[in-house]
Amino acid sequence: MRISSLFYTLRQGFSNLFRNKWFTLASIATISACLFLFGLFYAIVTNFQHIVKTAEQGVSVTVFFDEGIEDTRIQEIGELISKRPEVSQINFVSAEEAWESFKVEYLGEYADGFTENPLADSANYEIYLNDVSMQSALVTYLESVEGVRMVNRSEITATTLTGVNALIAYVSVGIIGILFAVSVFLISNTVTIGISVRKEEINIMKYIGATDFFVRSPFVIEGMLIGLIGAAIPLGFIYVMYNIVMDYVMQRFSMLSSLLSFLTVQEIFNVLTPVSLGIGVGIGFLGSIVTVRKHLRV
Amino acid sequence: MGEKKNKSESAVAPVKKKKKKAALESNEIITLTNVSKAYSTGAPALKDINLHINRGEFVFIVGDSGSGKSTLIKLLLRELTISDGYINVMGYDLSRIRHRMIPKFRRNIGIVFQDFRLLKDRNVYENVAFAQRIIQKSNKEIKKNVPSILAIVGLAGKYKAKPKQLSGGEQQRVALARALINKPTILLADEPTGNLDPKNSWEIMKLLEQINENGTTVLVVTHNREIVNAMQKRVVTLKKGVIVSDEEKGGYIDED
Repeated sequence: MRISSLFYTLRQGFSNLFRNKWFTLASIATISACLFLFGLFYAIVTNFQHIVKTAEQGVSVTVFFDEGIEDTRIQEIGELISKRPEVSQINFVSAEEAWESFKVEYLGEYADGFTENPLADSANYEIYLNDVSMQSALVTYLESVEGVRMVNRSEITATTLTGVNALIAYVSVGIIGILFAVSVFLISNTVTIGISVRKEEINIMKYIGATDFFVRSPFVIEGMLIGLIGAAIPLGFIYVMYNIVMDYVMQRFSMLSSLLSFLTVQEIFNVLTPVSLGIGVGIGFLGSIVTVRKHLRV
Repeated sequence: MGEKKNKSESAVAPVKKKKKKAALESNEIITLTNVSKAYSTGAPALKDINLHINRGEFVFIVGDSGSGKSTLIKLLLRELTISDGYINVMGYDLSRIRHRMIPKFRRNIGIVFQDFRLLKDRNVYENVAFAQRIIQKSNKEIKKNVPSILAIVGLAGKYKAKPKQLSGGEQQRVALARALINKPTILLADEPTGNLDPKNSWEIMKLLEQINENGTTVLVVTHNREIVNAMQKRVVTLKKGVIVSDEEKGGYIDED
């Protein structure tokens, strides 16, 4: 392709946007609406996942040892545990540390009455997991390790979190499915409008001897620009909305701030921006190819 | 297997070449031999048509609506394919031409329609330049060629106007300029005066005659009895899909 033809094609793509203003606006609105829903949904789901993940990381399994166990054996057990793939972190809590924290938490000034450590056998490992659903497997393993007296676990928390995770997965699949169906419906409607606008123009071009590529290129550029704009608008909206909602939630429900940890707007947009722009441009590209193709057989 | 294929290919090739060569030698630019066209529904649109047109001829194709004129034009443009027979235009065998070759083939045919078919959102200059952009002419060439063709059709001063701002006659001149700018071998005019008053009709016809005198083969499909009778050119008359008359210096045959 000649340079002048390339510039001509690009220029036509841009000016097509203004030639059919209503079609352009309708297409941008359609893509914006779909991607707005997508972005909103993405922000909510990733935050949920983040909250669950944070909660999961707080769930620990505690391992206590047999009475009179050697320190070397405790170390060996520690090494065995840290080799397990599901373990993300392991902390050793000595008997003294356990007693200290018990005193602070429950006894306060009454602790002075104790001369010996009543929790002499309560040295333990605090184990944090990568994935809460692996907890029961880990517990079974730990109980079989020699030198382990007792394994404490928070069964309810683990099963609840695993359940929430599964629920999020189902809801995600469901909403993505619905969004996809709605998008296809809206876009095919918009494309149908586009066809009636373009039919005559494409016909004329073909009669004069334009190649399919020459006819298609400006429309494809136009489609991609529409997709790009259609994706940028909801991104802007979501960016502003996200900050406002986060501020509101933090102020209104400040007592929950220790429980709920939200993602920053940057963390959300690191993924949402390229994905939305990609989907927008992709929809524009495919939409214009499909629209034009029907009329290229002249 | 391979041998067999080669054999059958070589058996077909000379026939094709021979026909093409024959068409070129005889100066024939359009050849229709026993051409029929049937649509999937209803009666055949064209039946057993034989038509031979030489380079540089001026031919009227006349007939009432339903006579098959539009189908003939569509076959010549390769918008439709024939159901039976043989059709060759400028050496292209149109029943065998590949889809990707059609644009190249059409660039040698200028076409003018009754309803002008201009790009409504572009001005006169861009409408005419469009035909040159398709064949990837440089901007420099386009800037040189468009004004000179607009001068020929008498629209030099209106290059900035949009089609809406022009009269029917002027719009048809733009269409004519667009059809001519790539120096086509054949000019097909489908009812070019159908939407014009007598004065404008005559002006367009004079332009077509002038174009023909410069060597372009011109085919005009028309209903305009007065023009056909006055111009004394070759007239091919179609009726119900059949050529009922083909006369040098003919006239419009009335439907009885």
